[in-house]
Amino acid sequence: MNALALATHHLSKHFDHFVAVDDVSFSIQRGEIYGLLGPNGAGKTTTIRMLLGLLAPTAGTGTVLGYDIVTQAEAIRARVGYVSQKFSLYPDLTVAENFDFYAGVYGVARAQISARRAMILPSVGLSGQEPVRVASLAGGARQRLALACALAHEPEFLFLDEPTAGVDPISRRMLWDLMYARAARGTTILVTTHYMDEAENCHRVAFIARGKIIAEGSPSELKTRQMPAQVLEIDSTPSEVALTALRAARLFDEVALYGTLIHAIGADAREKILSARDILHAHNVIVKSIQVIVPSLEDVFIARLRSINQDR
Amino acid sequence: MISIQHLTKRFATTIAVHNLSLEIHAGEIFGLIGPDGAGKTTTLRLIATALNPTLGRVLVDGIETTRDPEAIKKIIGYMPQRFALYPDLTVVENLNFFADLFGAPRATRTELIARLLGFARLDEFRTRLARHLSGGMQKKLALAAALMHTPRVLLLDEPTTGVDPVSRREFWDLVTEIHLQGTTIVISTPYLDEAERCTRVGLMHRGQLLACDDPRALRDALPAVVFEARSADALRARRVIESSDGVLTVSTHGDLLRILTDRAERAAALQAACQAQHIAISELRAVKPRLEDAFVLMLGQTADGRLPPTDARGHRSSVNGQSK
Repeated sequence: MNALALATHHLSKHFDHFVAVDDVSFSIQRGEIYGLLGPNGAGKTTTIRMLLGLLAPTAGTGTVLGYDIVTQAEAIRARVGYVSQKFSLYPDLTVAENFDFYAGVYGVARAQISARRAMILPSVGLSGQEPVRVASLAGGARQRLALACALAHEPEFLFLDEPTAGVDPISRRMLWDLMYARAARGTTILVTTHYMDEAENCHRVAFIARGKIIAEGSPSELKTRQMPAQVLEIDSTPSEVALTALRAARLFDEVALYGTLIHAIGADAREKILSARDILHAHNVIVKSIQVIVPSLEDVFIARLRSINQDR
Repeated sequence: MISIQHLTKRFATTIAVHNLSLEIHAGEIFGLIGPDGAGKTTTLRLIATALNPTLGRVLVDGIETTRDPEAIKKIIGYMPQRFALYPDLTVVENLNFFADLFGAPRATRTELIARLLGFARLDEFRTRLARHLSGGMQKKLALAAALMHTPRVLLLDEPTTGVDPVSRREFWDLVTEIHLQGTTIVISTPYLDEAERCTRVGLMHRGQLLACDDPRALRDALPAVVFEARSADALRARRVIESSDGVLTVSTHGDLLRILTDRAERAAALQAACQAQHIAISELRAVKPRLEDAFVLMLGQTADGRLPPTDARGHRSSVNGQSK
């Protein structure tokens, strides 16, 4: 069997003069959790809509589970689950009624629906919640129900568009654990988020900005090999004076306060440690330590964007 | 600057805030963190005089909220979760409207609007209708509107929810500028990486504070040692590790496992347990705790009912709390 669950080649989508997706090529292995990350309007949702055959590409090709996204869209839609940003659950219906409705829409045979429900609802932590009306569910539980609905027809591939927006940290962890359990059984998952620390949870990640992929790799590769800048963590007092002085000196691309610590980010931050110390001493700041720390994925994304903008 | 004393707010069927006591000092960036329904928004509304307490009281700059709400509104800027900008008004028209609403003096208004537009980097969009702004720009406009009467206290309710990473950075940049000008800021957020940016954070759960300190102190006080390990078979490795002695919680991040244990000496046993099941793990090493580790551990313990509530100073009240 083909180990590739998805592949796109030079995929583009233009709306009038606006280029929403610009020459995007990437591939996903079966059982992989692949993250598409970027700001609003970067082209994430447009990409998903093309992959589901809901929108015709302007140029380029793509396959999902071996089926062509233009000519075999129906075969794709029968085999994938999709939770969109505004997945509509019916607030006046119960958990079970919502599940049954979507199972029907996805073409699950009537006789099988209750067996599927009995299997899938407990797997998303909703057992015993069947008679509860959706209107009275918390945000995290609603997202898990949306996921359960998308799983009703046992899809081989899941598309999740911003599944964790506005969900609290504990519920978010539960959703990710569910995704890992699915992936371990061979389901491939494409997830979009603009929530960068979630990118750490993906096996592989692509950063997308203005329709283009600007970096791709595993989270640890992105933080080491693909990071065009370094992050310094400065422990000093008083930190407000240090912050103002470092910002005024324009030594770094970014100087931000993190509680009582300061993060300074720049392409050659490591070489500027001594200069930073001099500036801080000149302002009578006591410097306890300056060290290079591992960047967050959000740091990497913003540094990549910055270096691309500078090249223009 | 803000003194919250034995504050309780009951709604018909729920207790949103339960005997909460907290002092927020002038110049702080105070972060209110917690799951949905923890009481963060209600607390902000009570400070903003938008709600009255059921029990207890809130003082802002020494004034009790129920006694003179108008005086408090003059020194407070409040940006609720769904800030009502007028979609059919331009950026400048919106700011003028809020200036009227807050009674900002006319003489200095043009200058103030110019300064806030520059500050929020909305200069070039001054004549654009609010509904044509991106989500991030709308948030920045809402922030500018909340600053129209140069408040000394700024209350921000989940201002970055649904905002993309670039706009989020810009927003925090603005928050830092406001902080450097000496404004007291109270911000609620579901994002723990944002909590790290506050000078002090309070973790709310069921209307109470589970913990309250500066982010570094909370991390340092974590009663656990954090390890990371990689495994190609992360799911099985996690199952083995979870059932090992002294393991408090495990979370999966791709092929990386984050493991909270009670003692540093557990590492060897974890390695051995995985080896016994023929699961390869690599790079098992102790790492710096994150705020998220502390919060997940604390929230997890409350779910088990093992952790009694704490007061504002982080002291645990006695389990058999005696009545007065």
